[in-house]
Amino acid sequence: MNALPPDGSPIDAAFVRRWLEAATAAIDREAAALTELDSPIGDADHGTNMRRGFTAARTAVEQEPPDTPGAVLVAVGRQLISSVGGASGPLYGTLLRRAGKQLGDEPEVSAAQLRDALRAGVDGVGQLGGAAAGDKTMLDALLPALEALSGALDAGGGTAEALAAAAAAADEGARATTPLRARKGRASYLGERSIGHQDPGATSAALLITAFADTAREAGA
Amino acid sequence: MSDSPASSAPGTPPDASPPLVGVVLVSHSAAVARAVAELAANLTGGAGDVPVAPAGGGPDGGLGTSSDLIASAARSVDRGVGVAVLADLGSAVLTVKALLADDELPSGSRLVDAPFLEGAVAAVVSASAGADIDAVAAAAGEAYDYRKV
Repeated sequence: MNALPPDGSPIDAAFVRRWLEAATAAIDREAAALTELDSPIGDADHGTNMRRGFTAARTAVEQEPPDTPGAVLVAVGRQLISSVGGASGPLYGTLLRRAGKQLGDEPEVSAAQLRDALRAGVDGVGQLGGAAAGDKTMLDALLPALEALSGALDAGGGTAEALAAAAAAADEGARATTPLRARKGRASYLGERSIGHQDPGATSAALLITAFADTAREAGA
Repeated sequence: MSDSPASSAPGTPPDASPPLVGVVLVSHSAAVARAVAELAANLTGGAGDVPVAPAGGGPDGGLGTSSDLIASAARSVDRGVGVAVLADLGSAVLTVKALLADDELPSGSRLVDAPFLEGAVAAVVSASAGADIDAVAAAAGEAYDYRKV
């Protein structure tokens, strides 16, 4: 395990803090759109909830900046669980805490380590919520993102390139939830009427992955 | 409710009773959690200590789930012999699971698979009668079998 990505700056605590900034800004920017997506098939609070959670997470991390990438992810996950108020809180909270714990206390990690950590986190989401691919949930963005990230890294791509591929796959996965019928959460009560709407959770998941890609690109990683 | 004074029923020795299992009721709505806790407590038939605490509503006080409320409710009813947590829907269930996965609830806490209202009544009645955590969980789960037609 090389601590440094082959082609650029390391993934350290500062990198993950910049991701948190980018993610919080993206959630803030898209909050109204997320809530609108959540109106026909959910309870119209996804944008509000995510904004509250990420704002709390950013504040907590600013006040007491953790000094490893894993610790930043754990801190963000903890804040999301306590501040979001909807199902996305424990789901994203579990994702990030699992990922953070998997990274351990190393001060710098490679893109491959980040991928393995995210995979552990996404596994945790599947275990907690009991959803699978195609159920019209955040996993429909996260699973393709992981696959693309892995594929790009295995093909020798750098961190920024691989995360850009992950972001594109997450975005495509989120869009592909539109024709699906929801099998989890409140939207599943709507049965066939959930068809024709893009899943809000998959949409916010794509925003969070895109924030990783943007952070890596700006770092020249 | 969790801190109601232990007014012992006639004929019950007041200080020989073993500690009771706690019950936490997690709802998206503070009003629902509170009302179900009241209903369940009132159906215990005058048992003294009724270790039930509501944890309803989200972090902003509106509809939702608050992990802080759940954790403090669980601590308030924890007598050291287990806490049965019942939850209504979606984020309430997932938040309890996430807290349990990270050992953030008192030792011996568990999420009980039960219908919210009927399960709460069964859990609180059995807990206030001195049932252990397994029996409380079983009583709450059996509420799924109470057919109405």
